Formats: sequence, C-alpha cells, structure tokens
Amino acid sequence: MTRYAARRLISVVLALLGVTVLTFALGVLAPGDPAEVVLSRSLGQPPTDEQLAAMRHELGTDRPLPVQYLHWLAGAVRGDFGDSWVRGVRVQDAMVERIPRTVILALSAAGLSLLMGIPVGVVAATRRDSIVDHVSRAGALFGASLPSFFTAYLLIYLFAVKFRAVPVFGFGSAAHLVLPAVTLALGPAAVLARFTRSTVLEVLGEDYVRTAAAKGVRGSAVLFRHALRNALIPVVTIAGLSVGHLLGGSLIVERVFAWPGMGDLAVSAIQDRDYPLVQGFVLFAATVYLVVNLVVDLSYAYLDPRVRLEGRQG
Amino acid sequence: MTDWNRAAIPAASSAGIARKLLHDPAARVGLALVTLFVVMAVFGPSLAPQDPLEVTPDRLQPPSFRHPLGTDGLGRDLLSRLLTGARLSLGTALLASLLVTLIGVLLGTLAGFYGGFVDRLLMRTVDVVLAVPGLALALAVTGLFQPSLTAVMLGLVTIWWAGYARVVRGLVLAMRERPFVEAARASGASGGRIMLRHVLPNVVSPVVVLATLEMGQLILAVSGLTFLGLGAPPPTPEWGAMLNDGRIYFLSDPHVVFIPGLAISLAVLGFNLLGDGIRDALDPRLQVAIRTPRGLRRAASVRLGDSADRG
Repeated sequence: MTRYAARRLISVVLALLGVTVLTFALGVLAPGDPAEVVLSRSLGQPPTDEQLAAMRHELGTDRPLPVQYLHWLAGAVRGDFGDSWVRGVRVQDAMVERIPRTVILALSAAGLSLLMGIPVGVVAATRRDSIVDHVSRAGALFGASLPSFFTAYLLIYLFAVKFRAVPVFGFGSAAHLVLPAVTLALGPAAVLARFTRSTVLEVLGEDYVRTAAAKGVRGSAVLFRHALRNALIPVVTIAGLSVGHLLGGSLIVERVFAWPGMGDLAVSAIQDRDYPLVQGFVLFAATVYLVVNLVVDLSYAYLDPRVRLEGRQG
Repeated sequence: MTDWNRAAIPAASSAGIARKLLHDPAARVGLALVTLFVVMAVFGPSLAPQDPLEVTPDRLQPPSFRHPLGTDGLGRDLLSRLLTGARLSLGTALLASLLVTLIGVLLGTLAGFYGGFVDRLLMRTVDVVLAVPGLALALAVTGLFQPSLTAVMLGLVTIWWAGYARVVRGLVLAMRERPFVEAARASGASGGRIMLRHVLPNVVSPVVVLATLEMGQLILAVSGLTFLGLGAPPPTPEWGAMLNDGRIYFLSDPHVVFIPGLAISLAVLGFNLLGDGIRDALDPRLQVAIRTPRGLRRAASVRLGDSADRG
C-alpha cells in the first residue's frame, strides 16, 4: 500500500509540475505586454520606450524564459501569482475570498449528485425494466445532454418565476445556494446514476450474491451487505472524477446565477485578458482536481487490493 | 495475405451494423435528430425565411404565423437565426471533432506502436492536459485569441486530443499482441505497413464510436464557451451566443432563451443516442475501451460493466 501510495504521489507531483509549465506558457502567450499593462495603469498615458524597458527589467520579462519560469514557479508554489493586471490587487488576494464560495457550491453539488445519482441507480438496477428504470435512464440521458446554462434557466423558470420558491441571483443566504447547486449537480448525477446501475447489475450477477440469496439471506440484506458494498467501490472513482466537471461547470453556473466564486472571477479575468488571474485559476483547478483524485485512488486501493497489486506487473 | 489476417477479428459487416442500429428505437431517434441537424447545418442559411441580422421594431414577439419562433430583443426573427446558426454551432464542433480525431489517432498510434521514449513523452503530456478540468483549460486557451469561433475551436482542440490519444494508444497496444499482427511481422511486413494495413483498420470502428459520442460533448463545450462570450462577436447568430443575448429578457420573455437552449440540447441528445447505438451495434466489447475518455480511466481499466447495461 505504501509503495502504491508513493507511486501515485510521484505521478501527481509530476503532472502538477507539467501543469505549471502549461500555465506559465499561457502567461507567455497571453496578448499584451505585462510591462505596458502595468505602466499604462499607473501612468494613465502610453509609456515611453525607456520606461517600458525599465519596467520589463523590473518585472523580469526581459530575462530568458527558463529563468522567468523558475522565478514564476517559486512564487506559484507559495500561492503568489503576481499582481492582477486589471484589478489593482494581488492575484492571491483576489482569489482568497472567492475560493471558499466555490468550495461551498461544489461540495453542495457533489453531495446532491451522490444523493440523487446513487439511489436512482440502485433502484433502477434492482427493479430492472420497471417504470422507475426506464424513467431514470431517460432522465440520465437528458441530464447528460442538456447544457448547464440551459438547465439553469429551466430551473429558474420553474422554481423562481413560476413557484417563487427560492431567490434566483446572488449570494448571501442558504436559499441562494439551492438553484446553482442543483444545476451543477444534475450532470454528475446523471453519470453516477448510469454508472451505479451498471455496476450494481453486474455485481448482482456474481456468484457470491447468488450464494447469499441461496442460503436464505433476506433480499435487503443481500443487497446492502453483499451487493452494494462491492458495487459502490468503482462509483467512488466516478464521484472523484466528477470534481473536474464541478470545477469546469462552476465557470458557467456561477456566471448564470451571479454567484461570486472562482468560476465567476475566472470568466471576468478572461474577458479582461487578466492572465495572471487566469493562471491562478487554472493552477487552482488542476491542483484541486489532482489532489481529490489522488485521495480517491488511494481510498480505492485501500478498499480493493486488486488495484494496488495490478501495478506491480507493469 | 491480408484476408485471413483481417478475418481474425470479428468485424461485423456494415449492412449488419446498419440493421442492428435501425432495430434499436433509441438509435433511430438519434439518427433522425442527427439527420435533421445535419440538414439544418447544410441548408439552414438558405431556408431562413428572413434576414437573421435584420433589426425590426417587432421586439420580443411570441411565436406567430409571421415569426414561427418569435423574435428576440432586437426584433430579429428567431427561426431565421436558429437556421443560420446551425452551421456555425455544429460546424465548429464538427471541425474540432475532425481535428482531435486526426491528432489523437496519429499520436496515439505512434505512442502505442513504437513505445519507449515517444510513448512516455506523449503519455506524460496527455496526463498533464487531462489534469486540468477541461472547460477551465479550454477557456484559458480560447482567451488567448480575439473572440471568434476559430478561437473556440482551437481552445477545444488543444485539450480534447489528449483523451483520444490515450484511448487509441490503448487500442493499438492491445492490437500489437494479437496473432494477426504477429503473423504479419513474422512474414516480414515493415513497421509502417503493419501499422497502416493491420493496426489502423482495427482502430477505426472504436474511434468512430468515440467521435460520435464526443460530438455531443463538443457541441456542449462550444456552446458553453460562446455562451460565456468567447465565440463570434454579435450579431452572429451562433446558438450559445443567442442564449447569452437572450439572458436579459429571460424573466419576461423566456422563449428567447428556451429556443436556442432546446436546439443545443436536442442536437447533443441526438449525437448521444446515435453514439450509444453505434457502439452497441458494432461490438459490445468495444465498450470497455471507449466509455468517456476524458475521465473514466480507472473505471475503464477496472472492467466497466456496461455490458449489463444492454437489457
């Protein structure tokens, strides 16, 4: 287990290092000369060539790219991505108040998607070809086909316009969380329902389930004690991977609902071509995604020894 | 010499595949929807009853005889905009799909076939690209360019090839061990010939399934980015942008948002249904390799029990 954990940890660190190169490249390719951006802001008029050269020297953008990268990396590992080009604050300060809001939204959505997806998948599998099964499969199919910005407006129309049950836009109370969290949860819930259904069906056909049923164990005990325990292990992985959907989805959902989180900030940053901030977002999203999946992989290996043994051959 | 080699894999005849496909009601619906949208993309602009860009005083009209889908906030005919936009929205996704398929197949084949350093380098790159949540990276890359549909397409291609390359590499690796490839190698065929004549033909059908399934995802991603304002600038009648334009009128006149939203959803649904159908018709065993490359890596390696899904 320790060996497996060490190997996974190393591969995550390597991937993260690769992501920093990618993120740094985004900054280099970004339109606009950082020196010019900074100077135009502070001077209020186009800078002279001498001023530009001096500022480039000060910012270090006249140095070779590998040197710049190492300098940038040294800052990035401490969470320092430099100054925002537009906002007049440090990138980390702009991010720090936004991150908890996105985390709340993503966690609520993750919880909701598990609460919706897993029971629906289990019921669909145990009552195969029943109405519940057909309806949930159709629902999962639609859930995977609707763009989140469209489901967002459908939900707004139903719950905020027709029934006036919850507030629509903004941030502040728990009620504001309902619609964005549900919107964000629907896609992953559909994937989870579909996946849970097929793993439960598969496990229900296994010998040990038939044995348990044959020796007279009650139906519910067979399902909960023997079948689900094994069927839900792979589901953990899918749940972990859906974190990527949640982070990507937060870009759109936060925009629609005016939820002032990281996704909303990142979209504004893109519109302003504020690349230091964009870099901060990309690295943040990748780090969260990689760490969550590392935890998922490790817990998976803990639950299912076949996984950690599998790598020994290759 | 190739005939008995090819026979070693159970390649269903195309007539057989078509028959199976048409037998599956869900796939039929998918095929009908995809056909409808392809027709829209090809002939849409010439079918538009009115000028999609013409601003009129008839703002925010509900559907009527003159405007079958109503008008938007600037009095433009929504049906005409929808028909004209089909080519832009679906064309961008299709072009991106062709490019990622090409890049993915090329790099995946090279990695899988040659192995060694090339393989390690490519797969490390794939790991890095897949480590960033897709839409976040696509957004950052798209933002490097002036807002346009080309920018959206480039942004998506930069991230989307990686999943394909990984799947194709896996297929090629599996293929390399198959008896008919070993037989070809033993009979003295060159590396290039083995790759072109024996390996690639067997990679084609899984890639077709993958591309069909991913087409829906690409349409979603394209419209997501254009919805965020990174696509063609106004007044271009692209579907995601139309939905974005309609936002401010949504509370009083929801049809301006629902109509482009429904068009996107039905197009995605059509490709998803068709992709599922083709996958089932081709070969159940392909399912293991294919299900959603942009994510379910471990799930795929742990024997995805999707075969139980085919009641």
